[in-house]
Amino acid sequence: MKTVSSLLDADWYERYKKISRLNIRSSIYDVTDRCNLRCKGCFFFASGEHERAAEEKDVSKWHDFVEKEMDRGVNLAILIGGEPTLCMDRIEAFYKRLPTFCATNGLIKVPRDRFPDMMVGLSLWGDAEDETILRGQDTFKITSKNYEGDPHAYYLYTITPRQLGKTEKIIKKIEGVGLKVHMQLLSNDEDVNGFSWKPEELIAIRAEMDGMLDAYPNTVISSKYYHEVITTGKMLGRTFGWSECPSVTILRDNRNPQPKRLTNFIRWASDLKTVHRCCTSETRDCSTCKDGAAHMSWVMVNKRAHIKTPKDLKNWIEIYEMFAKLYQFIPW
Amino acid sequence: MTIDTTDTTQTITRIAEIIINELKLEDVTPETFDSDLDLVDEVGIDSMDLATIALVIRDEFGIRIDEDDYPKLTTVRIIAEYISNKRTENE
Ligand code: SF4
Ligand code: SF4
Repeated sequence: MKTVSSLLDADWYERYKKISRLNIRSSIYDVTDRCNLRCKGCFFFASGEHERAAEEKDVSKWHDFVEKEMDRGVNLAILIGGEPTLCMDRIEAFYKRLPTFCATNGLIKVPRDRFPDMMVGLSLWGDAEDETILRGQDTFKITSKNYEGDPHAYYLYTITPRQLGKTEKIIKKIEGVGLKVHMQLLSNDEDVNGFSWKPEELIAIRAEMDGMLDAYPNTVISSKYYHEVITTGKMLGRTFGWSECPSVTILRDNRNPQPKRLTNFIRWASDLKTVHRCCTSETRDCSTCKDGAAHMSWVMVNKRAHIKTPKDLKNWIEIYEMFAKLYQFIPW
Repeated sequence: MTIDTTDTTQTITRIAEIIINELKLEDVTPETFDSDLDLVDEVGIDSMDLATIALVIRDEFGIRIDEDDYPKLTTVRIIAEYISNKRTENE
């Protein structure tokens, strides 16, 4: 039988032990159905999820709800939207009780006197030109001023096919304002012309992402294995998709056989009663899904499958470390 | 409280067998499985594996393992002792 220590040298084994007992149990919460932007390709609006449920407006209900979520074992709240920062009181209901991550477009600054160490993920969809096409404005101009040098914020850079050859410019800009960056790929839920991935583009962007990680290791929070998995949709010869996805809401998961999945994961709508199918849009075709968190989690829940060779296990460790850094379970 | 050693040895072997079957471990038998091997640090099991194992144990031994106790159940021997203790409590 292969044991963990038989596959790793002392340094890697120490790294493994730092993460092996973290037991992260996340769920995702739509904080609101509204947003101060309307990006083309936003899965939330594209799929009509913003109309599925009427927001719970009574803040005391949010506090009660978070207590119940903790009883369910949730130890990481991932807040998405719409735009969560439109509802700071609701964010606070989570932040007061739980490790909390807030995904935001960054146009409204999270007040640091109220949320001193809440991790904030700032969405960015490319350079000024792509941002303007897809989001109606260059958000970087505002967000980089709001969060310059903030140790609890990083950019979630959604790479589009049009960004090929241009990622370095963006990474340098981010480094220049003293922030970190995590890269993911656009799924193009609204079929915007020129923004869907072609196979050769995925090969090229993987090489480019690897290059960025090598060139900017202190700024880019990533791993080459993550780049491989997200661009190929493959892990250890298996193909990502509905039958393998770990990020399906437990109450909607009737798959048989059950794949390895996130324990008790639910994505809640903002009425605090309705649940969505998964961490992203219900209407998305799983076979083209590029969701970064779902791919990361796919690797993370399949730990034992990686305890086969030193390389596989190191790949697994790097992805788990990346996730743990992005959600502040270990330092950068 | 005393624990019958024969009983514990049998439980250890059975727990090892459950783990080997559930995790599809290769190149090991219930008899050769080191009952003091750390299940997280060395075998690499996670909380979902433990939850699956806990279900089999519940069905077979009639013992409900509290989720809060998962972090303590680090080896096959400790799981076997946990079961013995719970059985004694239930008697
Ligand atoms: S900022 Fe986010 S929630 Fe708002 S429209 Fe854009 S992608 Fe959607
Ligand atoms: S759309 Fe993506 S995240 Fe959702 S179930 Fe399908 S593969 Fe998983």
